[in-house]
Amino acid sequence: MARIMPRKDVVIVGLGWTGSIVAQELTEEGLDVVALERGVWRATSEDFAVTNAQDEVRYRYRHELFESLSRQTLTFRNNMNEIALPMRQLGSFLPGTNVGGSGVHWNGQTWRFLPSDFVARSHNEERYGALPEDMTIQDWGVTYDDLEPHFTKFEFLCGIAGKAGNIKGELQPGGNPFEGWRSTEYPTPPMKMVYGPTLFAKASEELGYHPFPGPSANMSQAYTNPHGVSMAPCTYCGFCEKFACGNYSKATAETTILPVLMEKDNFTLRTESMVLRVLTDKQKTRATGVEYITAEGELVEQPADIVILAAYITHNVHLMLVSGIGQPYNPRTGEGLVGKNYAYQTMSGVTLFYDDDTWFNPFVGAGALGMCVDDFNGDNFDHTGLGFIGGGYLAQWQTNGRPIESQPTPEGTPKWGAQYKKAVRENYQHSISIGAHGAQMSYRQNYLDLDPTYRDAYGRPLLRMTFDFTENDYNMSNFLTDRLVDIAKVMNPKSYKVSRREGPYSIVPYQTTHNTGGHIMGASPADSVTNRYNQSWDLPNLFLMGAGNFPQNPGYNPTGTVAALAYHSAQAIREQYLSNPGPLVQA
Amino acid sequence: MMIRSSAIIFAGSTFIGLMASTAATAIDANDWTMRQRGLYLTRAGDCAACHTVDENKPMAGDYALSTPFGTIYTANITPDEETGIGAWTADDFYRAMNEGIRPNGERLYPAFPYTHYTIVTREDSNAIFAYLNSLEPVRQQVREPEFPWPLSMRFALRGWNLLNFENEEFEPDPEKSDAWNRGKYLVEGLGHCAMCHSPKNIIGAVKEGDDAFTGGYAEGWWAPSLTGSTRDGIGDWSDEQLFNFLKHGRNDRTAAFGPMAEVVEVSTSHMTDEDVQAIVEYIRSIPAQETDEAEPMEDDDPAMQLGRTIYEAQCSACHAPDGSGVPGQFAALAGSSLAQSSNPTSLVRIILEGARAAQTERYPTRHVMPAFDWKLDDEEVAAVATYVRNAFGNAASPVSEDFVEDTREDIRKER
Repeated sequence: MARIMPRKDVVIVGLGWTGSIVAQELTEEGLDVVALERGVWRATSEDFAVTNAQDEVRYRYRHELFESLSRQTLTFRNNMNEIALPMRQLGSFLPGTNVGGSGVHWNGQTWRFLPSDFVARSHNEERYGALPEDMTIQDWGVTYDDLEPHFTKFEFLCGIAGKAGNIKGELQPGGNPFEGWRSTEYPTPPMKMVYGPTLFAKASEELGYHPFPGPSANMSQAYTNPHGVSMAPCTYCGFCEKFACGNYSKATAETTILPVLMEKDNFTLRTESMVLRVLTDKQKTRATGVEYITAEGELVEQPADIVILAAYITHNVHLMLVSGIGQPYNPRTGEGLVGKNYAYQTMSGVTLFYDDDTWFNPFVGAGALGMCVDDFNGDNFDHTGLGFIGGGYLAQWQTNGRPIESQPTPEGTPKWGAQYKKAVRENYQHSISIGAHGAQMSYRQNYLDLDPTYRDAYGRPLLRMTFDFTENDYNMSNFLTDRLVDIAKVMNPKSYKVSRREGPYSIVPYQTTHNTGGHIMGASPADSVTNRYNQSWDLPNLFLMGAGNFPQNPGYNPTGTVAALAYHSAQAIREQYLSNPGPLVQA
Repeated sequence: MMIRSSAIIFAGSTFIGLMASTAATAIDANDWTMRQRGLYLTRAGDCAACHTVDENKPMAGDYALSTPFGTIYTANITPDEETGIGAWTADDFYRAMNEGIRPNGERLYPAFPYTHYTIVTREDSNAIFAYLNSLEPVRQQVREPEFPWPLSMRFALRGWNLLNFENEEFEPDPEKSDAWNRGKYLVEGLGHCAMCHSPKNIIGAVKEGDDAFTGGYAEGWWAPSLTGSTRDGIGDWSDEQLFNFLKHGRNDRTAAFGPMAEVVEVSTSHMTDEDVQAIVEYIRSIPAQETDEAEPMEDDDPAMQLGRTIYEAQCSACHAPDGSGVPGQFAALAGSSLAQSSNPTSLVRIILEGARAAQTERYPTRHVMPAFDWKLDDEEVAAVATYVRNAFGNAASPVSEDFVEDTREDIRKER
């Protein structure tokens, strides 16, 4: 029998970005909130001291900030004809654990999706006619205009550095002319550009494209956010993605919300509390709380009036499935919704090698230090006859020159030995990479469900991921990679090496931690798990945060939109749900 | 987590009026207003710093206070009848505050600042007593002091008091403003600032006169000079900088850390703006004292060269290459009075073990200086400390390797 804790107004599963945002908003409303975090407490001061934060072996290669697969993992297969096997080592994506979640080790590239991204199905059908039958993309049920104030709120929380391209419909020189309208300029100016991005921008401009500085959660200057929490200027040390920032220079839950949230009397955090399932009433009309297990192995029940799942998307979906909430998706019949429309990101790149006179100093870097081009993202260009929809942004990010990870070698270099070392030595200072951050449309055959064979340490079936790239992805990625090659040629390197997206998806090499879908949002309970407020259609007191709500994955990094959705949802709880608890959208 | 109370805020001027009267008044333990005043004054006296160990047992004492003479354990001042002050009367309490004598006639060690509290008015003493009596009684036996003979003999304090203690009432100076008088009452009385910020004589008594507030060694740290000296005092701080430091734990040049972080968190940040202003006005009137003239060391000095290399690699990311820091977040070292203090203990200590900035409502992030004791050896710490004391327009005596070694040893002993 589980020990039963006193009832709370709200229980939040996971204290990463979205858990912290929602906790901050709902405690402001006076609600008594408890957050259950499977990992441990972490603070910039104690855990990410500047004196040891830049340890590549410890963090990048020994995965100190990432989730451990020893108690829980997922199984993977490329398609339904294969038998899925457990992922025993992280590779393709690196979800975090502990307080702050994956947000601790992000790069800080903070985008808003395009207005057309939120109406992907209707927009593309209207412009290009019927979409492929198996392409299961849909409109989000929420529009860019709905989310604009929430994007702004997040950007001001973080002090995002950037240059607006469109303020209330007025195009702004130097910004991204394709972006959706902004109510105001970015809170801080763009980061100081290093040489690589300026070369990329110059070449793009020569080709008639529209380069602009990447929106960055690495601070271009000291910043104090509306909660009174301050961040320090970035030192361009080049340890952002896969690392925690010891300098208070990267916006994370720790550096923007937690100093204030943790002082509140109506907020409680319980760490090392692993939620095993969502509890519901017998008729499955309401969530009644959650059951979790402590570090000592004790089962505890936390009753609550509102249950919020703010874990990583794979865990949110897993909790839904193991708790028997909603109907699991069946790709054969197309019925069921939980686990549907899993999507990822389609990455490709070109590495440019220069002669000895061209120096890039790659160790002067930051996660979101770079110049971007958005001319080939979303529906910013005519797709007629191209054989795909969607796109991605192109960029030269100078993120790092970390000694183990950054070993650029030209085409034809052996993979090891003296020649390899010589090539690394010769090219480390004289090469840069440009990349395409491609979208991914969701397809009928890509999904998440429960594995029939393997179980986790708690006896629950593992989540099973069935996923491969599709024709749309390859066509789109090839198109984007060709555009990169065009730019690379104008950048005039000595030689260049193209890394196309080829062959089936492999879960081994790192690509991005941008997994999406599985509890997708939409306008109707017939095609979505959550409504426009990320409220479960089935259980109106259950809310799901995160990229699991994305019906498909646009060609940007997801954090900005993930956060905007969380603010949008929290506002609906504050302003509509509390006075009238029940469905916020009538089906 | 801190328990927050919505304390009623009283304007400083109210107290000025109250101070005039010395008549003992009856205490109504249920007088909410009096208790709230007592809470405010308890904070002004920073009582929790020494009397609260466990936040769930406020004022239960038994905090180990290390002094140059040995360790003393603070009293349980909750209203527990046997182990606390539950059996005391308001008169008993006032006598302890005013004369340092317990109801049973035992003398208190002057680690309890009765030498300062002696000027606290009877009304204020009563209010504090009323507040303490409203707390949850905690049964907590307090350990005996670990003093060597003859200090273990409490009657020996009679002689100490003869030399160092004057039982006096607060006399406002009619030549000065109300705020200045209020400031003096708080600084010299409840605030007991000199306990840390003034040098002590050989038997541990605070030195007065010209020595007052010229800096002192306390709890393993150097509490810097509060005089008007521009180099190692606060002569070039603006009133606003001093106010923000006390009220918010930071200003645009530095942050409170070490024992002062606790003073800000427990005490000064809870004081009214008027009272903090009054403290500022009084402290600003402390005249500059002649301190050793120092010429900046030459750049080509080997310690300066090593120090510079270490500074650039280890320190400049936060404190900036030119020592200007990041206002409100990372301390400026250029012009820092702490860096240029006559005694470099705090500078060396913060390099060795790091420190946490005070957390206040305006500055919720507890910025932290990380420890370097594992990373830099004695020679390197000495060099970088010497560099910081003499770069960016600073000037102060060099720090020796031996000094770093001794400080390291002191920290080790404390742990």
